[in-house]
Amino acid sequence: MTVALEAGPRARTARNGANPPMGGDNVLEARALHVYYGAFRAIENVTLPIARNRITAFIGPSGCGKSTMLRAFNRMNDLVPTARVEGDIVYRGQSIYAPGVDPVEVRRHIGMVFQKPNPFPKSIYDNVAWGARINGFRGTRRELDDLVEAALVQAALWDEVHDKLDQSGLSLSGGQQQRLCIARAIAVKPDVILMDEPCSALDPIATLRIEDLMQQLKERYTILIVTHNMQQAARASDYTAFFNMGDRRQGYLVEFGPTPELFTNPKDPRTEDYITGRFG
Amino acid sequence: MTVTTTRLRGVEAAPEADTVPLGRRRRWREDAVEAVLFAAGFVSILTTGAIVVVLGKDALHFFRNPDVSLVDFLTGTVWQPQLGKFGLLPLLNATLMVSGIAMVVALPIGLSIAVYLSEYATPAVRNRLKPTLEILAGVPTVIYGYFALTFVTPILRWALGARTVDIYNVLSAGLVVGILVIPLVASMSEDALQAVPRALREAAYGLGATRLETSLQVVVPSALSGIAAAFMLAMSRAIGETMVVAIAAGAGPRLTANPLRSAETMTGYISRISGGDLSYNSVDYDSIFAIGLALFVITLGLNILSGRIVRRFREVYE
Repeated sequence: MTVALEAGPRARTARNGANPPMGGDNVLEARALHVYYGAFRAIENVTLPIARNRITAFIGPSGCGKSTMLRAFNRMNDLVPTARVEGDIVYRGQSIYAPGVDPVEVRRHIGMVFQKPNPFPKSIYDNVAWGARINGFRGTRRELDDLVEAALVQAALWDEVHDKLDQSGLSLSGGQQQRLCIARAIAVKPDVILMDEPCSALDPIATLRIEDLMQQLKERYTILIVTHNMQQAARASDYTAFFNMGDRRQGYLVEFGPTPELFTNPKDPRTEDYITGRFG
Repeated sequence: MTVTTTRLRGVEAAPEADTVPLGRRRRWREDAVEAVLFAAGFVSILTTGAIVVVLGKDALHFFRNPDVSLVDFLTGTVWQPQLGKFGLLPLLNATLMVSGIAMVVALPIGLSIAVYLSEYATPAVRNRLKPTLEILAGVPTVIYGYFALTFVTPILRWALGARTVDIYNVLSAGLVVGILVIPLVASMSEDALQAVPRALREAAYGLGATRLETSLQVVVPSALSGIAAAFMLAMSRAIGETMVVAIAAGAGPRLTANPLRSAETMTGYISRISGGDLSYNSVDYDSIFAIGLALFVITLGLNILSGRIVRRFREVYE
């Protein structure tokens, strides 16, 4: 399947987000990727395949560039004026860094959930509906209602908010806000969802809810998650990529593999040191 | 000191009850500085109080005059002190027209500048544009007055015809007062936009929003309370602006809805009378205190309103 990433009129490809469940192929792939902030190399030479309908976790010590790596996948680093990329990221056979590619289109297919819940100061309904509206949603009010409901149901938030959709998104608890942000990302019908430490601001119960939710979401979406929490990576992910920081503070990929293997039988001594808690 | 040494050895048993001096000490420098700071703050309260007293006292003197009634003052449509007619409406109308026109100019332009500076400009452009804007804010208002009279008015008269546009007219003054408050609107709105957390912009971009969608549909609404406060403050400033209207709007009270005619505003009237050769005990002279009090009430009301709006629409971000 190919998708239009070229800059152009905002008539967007109509997709309903229902990927064939459990397809085995790679939807995204980083190829010899370097990311720079000015002269500083934040990410060095990462090659990494991302399997469709799986959860891939990025772990590693603070400052090793996990978030930078994640943000490279939807060109979020473009918002930093000095950021620059070498190498490539391929999404469904297309380079997302090719000259004609519109980062706005990329982000519409590759959505994002952030570290701190960041709902808009709008109503719960509008938080979810806004993304669809700016992406050229042309349905009736009824259809938009259905879309909002479906997204909130998928984000496991509907039962808690269905009777107060007109209240501000900021009135919710932290865990609810984060699920609202997930619903907001889902409502755009993305293909891939990037999650940047989505539970770091949440309590353990809210964290477990998000992890359960991720298991449901992976049937429809491909998920990349950055986490500080190794238990979370071990519990919730299918693949794990372990990043470390080099002597020039550059982040590099140490080891990548299926999660059970990486945690029980790491090939690299540095991975073993990290997962057994010897550093990091 | 004994205390520190025992604490450094921390893990060991607690020390016996060595007493150390913990009594309150007098710190004269601290007290003196606090007193000076308090006095500085108190000056502003004192000034406000003094203004109210002076305005109130002399305004009361004016309303005690048998020729004057409060009802006529508030509802009268003619201001002609020579004939004993003290109706505020012509002056109030001119003031509102000038400030209305000013806000029509200042809000869109000021907000556009703010959005550009905050969301679009590169740091290099920003660092040049902001100081320029601040220069605009520093130009003496008397210069804006002559700018209105000798530059804007001739253009209006050329464009719309010298017969339809008076030499002194409300439109010219309003436009220039608008230009005068643009820096205020722009600078305060920009501060409000800058205060919107980066996380909200990222959320919008992450959903595939363009820069325009992010700026206008997420950042501006999120900064609404600050923008409303900027608007209100600019409105107060426009209502209180004196020099421009004294020079360019005309020197004769007139109740008109036509901004191309001349009409004197409340501030314009006050400046003309207080600078003129009227005797200090005439009713005319006393009237300016009543007008001043009315101005004070209007701007105070706007400030209170803006405070309410800010509180009503403020979003609390962590």
